[in-house]
Amino acid sequence: MQIPYEVTARPDTGLYNAKLGIWLFLASEVMLFGGLFSAYVFLRMGADDGYWPHGLLNVPVGTFNTAVLIISSVTIVLAWASLKMRRWSQYKLYLGITIACGLLFLVVKLGYEYPQKFQHFGAFIQKDKWAKYEAYLGNEHLKKEGLPPRPEITGHLEAVEIEGEQETVEAFARENDLVVESAKESKEPALVVHNKEEEKGVSPRIAEHLVALDGVKLLSFEVKLDQVNADPDNRDNDRPHFIPPALSNKTAKIEAEDVDSWSAFFPKHSSYFSVYFTITGLHGLHVLGGVIVMTYFFFFGEKLYRRNPEHMANRIEVCGLFWHFVDLVWIFVFPIFYLL
Amino acid sequence: MSESHGHKPEPHAGAAESHDALRDVSKHVKGYLYVGGLLLAFTLITVALSYVNFGSPKANIVVALIVATFKAGMVAAIFMHLKEEKITIWRFLFFTAFFVTGLFLLTLLNFSDPIFGTTRTLH
Repeated sequence: MQIPYEVTARPDTGLYNAKLGIWLFLASEVMLFGGLFSAYVFLRMGADDGYWPHGLLNVPVGTFNTAVLIISSVTIVLAWASLKMRRWSQYKLYLGITIACGLLFLVVKLGYEYPQKFQHFGAFIQKDKWAKYEAYLGNEHLKKEGLPPRPEITGHLEAVEIEGEQETVEAFARENDLVVESAKESKEPALVVHNKEEEKGVSPRIAEHLVALDGVKLLSFEVKLDQVNADPDNRDNDRPHFIPPALSNKTAKIEAEDVDSWSAFFPKHSSYFSVYFTITGLHGLHVLGGVIVMTYFFFFGEKLYRRNPEHMANRIEVCGLFWHFVDLVWIFVFPIFYLL
Repeated sequence: MSESHGHKPEPHAGAAESHDALRDVSKHVKGYLYVGGLLLAFTLITVALSYVNFGSPKANIVVALIVATFKAGMVAAIFMHLKEEKITIWRFLFFTAFFVTGLFLLTLLNFSDPIFGTTRTLH
């Protein structure tokens, strides 16, 4: 099928058709992301004082990814300009760099940032129990400083203490490379479950499966604390650090009955993480889509270029418009999740 | 820049594509690099500003969003060629801006009609 006006402009719109099409598509994309951003505003404004977290994401990594997307935006526009100037191999080089940047962005996001979150543990303490955990929350100090309270203890889940039938728990432990021991300091016949290799800790996801077993009752968590909870009265910890500090050496015991909710940093963990994963996930899919289309043009563009170089240049221009939009969305995503 | 063509001849711009048009593109290339550098610089500025206390978290949000809007404007105007784009596209974007603002306002209407006592804690 021959689509009209793929190279020359249509007299009434003044545009070649694909450009008209991509802008209509981008307009619909603005509405799609607009809906999600308005959900973000809604959730953030509705969050109780202190319940919108700060400093949970890695700012240097986020900054790096922002730079990667900006560089790729420059290279895609240079790829288009190269086609306009009929420099095929220069175009291939710039398009190749753009694809590499897109892939690098995804690798950092999916290979580093997301997995880290999925292993991190957080427990929201019930409001009337905050005083009991003052040593980890530091709410008296925050009140004096006029800052919002800290309702959550975060860190690395080292072990869980449970009550339950020893055989069931041991069978589960064997399947998941965990070890079961009798609790030493407990009055009740409790069991402590931890990893075979102590330093590895228990994945919060596996802990969820463990406490969902028949007859298993969760008693407490042993958490290796994040700096902010290890030293909550330190003014250095009042505001997020640029470079995230390493885990502390301090561990805390958190009674399950004092906890409102707990999990790894999954979407269900909090409003913040639900909207973070939704928006960055959808944005990541857009990056992936762009990479796929650009890869197609990288390998299968030459025939069209030989036949009609201007048509090829238009295709890359349209592709670039989409790619710039993806960059533009990230320009807003980065500050609202990483910095503010 | 010289190219190794091999045995295939490079297709050349048609008669309609004058040398002026090509020179125009090559003139723009410097501008693209300049804007890219500016965007990188503003990214670092955004990060730095987020660690400056502007008096209240709200003030910090406003500052960060102003910088982000400026950056987004540069991407749209230069990289997406909006600066030189036809009126048809501006018309699309005007309506999109109108409706997306409406979408935000509709969501915020919720705060004038809150439902009390449905949640224990909001996080």
